[in-house]
Amino acid sequence: MSTRLASGGRLIDRHTTRTFTFNGKRLSGHDGDTLASALLANGQTLMGRSFKYHRPRGVVASGAEEPNALMGIGEGGRFEPNQRATTTEIFDGLTAKTQNHWPSLDFDVGAVNAMVPRLLPAGFYYKTFMFPRPFWKHVFEPVIRKSAGLGAAPKDRDADRYEHFYAHVDLLVAGGGIAGLQAALRAGQAGLRVLLVEQTAHWGGRAPVDGVEIGGKPAEEWINDTLQALEGMENVCIRTRSMASGVYDHGYALVYERLTDHAPEMGGPRHRLWRVRAGQIITATGAIERPLSFAGNDIPGVMLASALRDYVVNWGISPGDRTVIVTNNDDAYRTALVLHEAGLAVPAIVDARPSATGDLPQAAREAGIRVLTGTGIAEVKGRKSVTGVVLCAQAGEGAATDEIACEAVAMSGGWSPVVHLWSHCGGKLIWDAERSHFRPDAARAPTGHDGKPFVITAGAASGAETAGDVLADAKTAAGAAADALGRSLPDLDAAGTNDPHEEPMAPVWIMPQGAGPAKRMKMWLDYQNDVKVSDVRLAAQEGYESVEHTKRYTTLGMATDQGKLSNINGLATLAGALNAEIPAVGTTTFRPPYTPISMGAIAGEARDATFQPLRRTPIHDYHEDQGAYMEPVGHWRRPYTYPKTGESHAESVHREVLATRNSLGLLDASTLGKILVKGPDAGKFLDMLYTNMMSTLKPGKCRYGLMCNENGFLMDDGVVARLDEDTFLVHTTSGGAEHTHAHMEDWLQCEWWDWKVHTVNITEQFAQIAVVGPNARKLLEKMGGDMDLSAEALPFMGWAEGRIGGFDARVFRISFSGELSYEIAIPASQGRAFWDAALEAGGTWDITPYGTEALHIMRAEKGFIMIGDETDGTVIPQDLGLNWAISKKKEDYMGKRAQARSHMTDPTRWKLVGLETTDGSTLPDGAYCIAAGTNANNQRNVQGRVTSTYHSPTLGRGIAMGLVLNGPDRMGDIVEFNKVDGGTVAAKIVDPVFFDKDGEKQNV
Amino acid sequence: MFEVSALNGAVADGPTRVEEAGLQGMVTLKGDLGSAKMKAALKAVGPGLPDRRQIVEKGDRAVAWMARDEVLILCPHAEANAVVTELEAALAGEHFLAVNVSDARAMLRVTGPGAREALAKLAPVDLHPESFRAGEMRRTRLAQVPAAIWLSETDEISVIAFRSVAKYVFDILALSADDSGRVGYFG
Repeated sequence: MSTRLASGGRLIDRHTTRTFTFNGKRLSGHDGDTLASALLANGQTLMGRSFKYHRPRGVVASGAEEPNALMGIGEGGRFEPNQRATTTEIFDGLTAKTQNHWPSLDFDVGAVNAMVPRLLPAGFYYKTFMFPRPFWKHVFEPVIRKSAGLGAAPKDRDADRYEHFYAHVDLLVAGGGIAGLQAALRAGQAGLRVLLVEQTAHWGGRAPVDGVEIGGKPAEEWINDTLQALEGMENVCIRTRSMASGVYDHGYALVYERLTDHAPEMGGPRHRLWRVRAGQIITATGAIERPLSFAGNDIPGVMLASALRDYVVNWGISPGDRTVIVTNNDDAYRTALVLHEAGLAVPAIVDARPSATGDLPQAAREAGIRVLTGTGIAEVKGRKSVTGVVLCAQAGEGAATDEIACEAVAMSGGWSPVVHLWSHCGGKLIWDAERSHFRPDAARAPTGHDGKPFVITAGAASGAETAGDVLADAKTAAGAAADALGRSLPDLDAAGTNDPHEEPMAPVWIMPQGAGPAKRMKMWLDYQNDVKVSDVRLAAQEGYESVEHTKRYTTLGMATDQGKLSNINGLATLAGALNAEIPAVGTTTFRPPYTPISMGAIAGEARDATFQPLRRTPIHDYHEDQGAYMEPVGHWRRPYTYPKTGESHAESVHREVLATRNSLGLLDASTLGKILVKGPDAGKFLDMLYTNMMSTLKPGKCRYGLMCNENGFLMDDGVVARLDEDTFLVHTTSGGAEHTHAHMEDWLQCEWWDWKVHTVNITEQFAQIAVVGPNARKLLEKMGGDMDLSAEALPFMGWAEGRIGGFDARVFRISFSGELSYEIAIPASQGRAFWDAALEAGGTWDITPYGTEALHIMRAEKGFIMIGDETDGTVIPQDLGLNWAISKKKEDYMGKRAQARSHMTDPTRWKLVGLETTDGSTLPDGAYCIAAGTNANNQRNVQGRVTSTYHSPTLGRGIAMGLVLNGPDRMGDIVEFNKVDGGTVAAKIVDPVFFDKDGEKQNV
Repeated sequence: MFEVSALNGAVADGPTRVEEAGLQGMVTLKGDLGSAKMKAALKAVGPGLPDRRQIVEKGDRAVAWMARDEVLILCPHAEANAVVTELEAALAGEHFLAVNVSDARAMLRVTGPGAREALAKLAPVDLHPESFRAGEMRRTRLAQVPAAIWLSETDEISVIAFRSVAKYVFDILALSADDSGRVGYFG
């Protein structure tokens, strides 16, 4: 059983006590503890259950690479699943729950899977559940989803806030071990703007744990001196709890800063996502130790040798009274020495190599520790915790040579450089046969816009092993970064180190090397996804040669740890099974983020009120104050209708339509797009953009026009007013202003760059208010001003400028309702005041503000099309009977050529008609006009569809528009439309203009 | 007076303060920035043509470079139409466009120790004091909307955004300026 040692623990403050709960049990630890170290201190070695077999699992690592100790942390709005206990710092009130077990961590029914692992081999899902097909969805999948899975998704709204931060630096240094510190120091001295980030709460990485001395002093002193120097540099910014999570094109990198995870009471943003633009990036990301593949290597108590050493040195943990070390290299002997120094027993160091003669093995022997070379572990004893190991000859098949009782096993299969950041943006790797790892190939670095490298590795991330090599490599890296940035570094010698002589490691991919199937089934490669040596061998046997395919077939490396521990061992196992060289098998792809980052950090400030920009017109507050029901139109919110107390929306829309038709309505049309187009070539330009002729429009007049894209499809429509000889004001749809303006600039800048035309989007300069109804003129006359608004002075489709009341006004006599109508553009700053003045003056005529639904009904009664209803990106003006708005005289316009194509002129294209149900009901939106027979998919054939449908208060019946096969030639025909309930409804094909066809109401 | 700015002078107070600056006259002028007539016209209505990506201020007028064929003239709100008229007279015969856009925009100011940081949380711009200095006009985005920002000699950051999203811009600036989120990056 693990426990806390009486002394030691360089990261903990024994004077403090922090209490937290683990599966509801109150436990305590110290400041500086991680959840993993605190649990070990409390004797809690069982920390989770595995994904597939529900095997008992303990912590195996001490950092970001941990695959087993995943927990649900926090509660309610702060609950987060799958958090690594090794990277979670404890605080008072922390709650942690283990995952993937039922009913409890200690007794898990799902563990029955483990007793019959033969039933769940690689590719099990693919092979087993193919037939009968419906069973997959209804039987197998629900059962599997229940039994397999890690943490539960949070149910409550996230209680915290998050933010982004943009930083532009010369150099980003990822990793605050001695390599990162050295590189940052050198770059800082050269005057570079440096950002140095470290994922943990502590600087210095492994060096203090590994007993490194720099310049004759303990590493810790050198680290503190270096930090002090860095803190004194204005050009250097250093951050802990900040993980470089990804490297992207052009020196872009993301850094994930965890601000309050360790102290939620602090307030402020929980996470900050740094969006860094760096001239150069140094990845000093260190290395990760590899497990060894022996039977029972996943039993709680088996840990990486380096992690076990961390727990002793950093947190004062005893992993158990007796620890057996198993290794293929000299480094693991450090763990034996650390344990020995802490007064704990190391019954044996099991070294797979035939001999061990380096300085560290010698030191171990001198300390009286038994070193067994040429030996391996045949099997680990124990179920929920280690009770002992059975030894064997590494060269053999696993016959027991000895058995040693112990509580912990420290394993080391060698080290793999953390190459993730290097690889994210295309950095290539080479296989280092001597050290049996992939390391960055400096000759094939990620390159920037100039084709030159922008990522440099430093220290262990380059493959350096000793502290001396690490510091020297970091110095070189800083020099290379400075060179790339056109700066020079003062030449200083790296401080000397005390590195012992280490003998080479021996590659050991399976232990013992002749292990048979029974043992291979208990050798875990990927702890989190429960992938064993036997699974990878089976994949190879079944013909999987590509590592990417094997990964997906076996799920090796596909869990939340992305194979940080399993990657190389899995590759080597596959290579072994295929009789191929490891580099020939290659690696899988490294993708960001390095470890999972929170969704909140990705969203940043974009939540709640600031989730999305909502556009407000100058009248917006009025609409909200009136309790209008708002609908989204692009990013605008527009009033759909203004229901009075007790009114349904249908009733209020009905009232608004009739009030407008019979007396006076008021519409906030400010969202209408307004683009100023000016220049000697403005007329020519608009003739190209619109299907009809705009250049012949007289100043003072307005004209309706259709805009198509180059494929001939309708894109936008609206009224163009000619302000003067050179200047046009183009009105677009509410959602179309930005797009139309961009479309104009695209053509002006890319194609017709020599045309003299300027455009400015002035949509928001004006509040546009439509005064609509038989009493519209009377209202404006009552409001006063200096304008003559009579039918003679300002006829239909004219515009004038002047003052209405005290307001600056541009008045357009245009109508989208069929009524006498003035659209009045008022400077936005005066808009609300004008609206209020109109409401007050309009009391005489019972003035009624109306919303977008009333607008839609009135335009539909008049047979006016709406972009987005009658059009959907596949409709051309000819489909809508708008041939009158297509100029025959113009040599060209956008879409003309496309509209001449055979499919566009096909007489069987569905065409616009009006539709009246025979029973007066309202057709369902989007209903299809059905035809005889069925198609190849056994669906009803169709011959048309509804594009707009409303109940018309004016006519007291349902009206609709739709596109129907040969529609205009079938006036009076009765056709059937489907209904949501499965039935059909009959409708007569009629003219789309339902109301006041001759325009008598608007032309007064 | 019945003229109101987008947020009617809203303020988010704190060590770092965000305020809507009220009505501000703005005139967009597009044309050939290299022509002698243009330079003379800009001298007549303000401090003259700024260098690329710069803003020049003189009294209550300023001219900002917006694009290779566009400048923005800042003036008191009541004078914007007069500036347009003046430009039209001065540039008669040229190919240009001058238009009052005062009400299409909102102007905000961010002041205090966290001003640069507040902007750096929203704009993908190098706001380091060595890089972003007084006199630079930076067209960029703030989170999801376009904006233009510049720094005055007194370390006050001005923000121009579209009027319809003034509330969004105010809200994200106020959130980013909140003292609980200080980064401490710019010293």
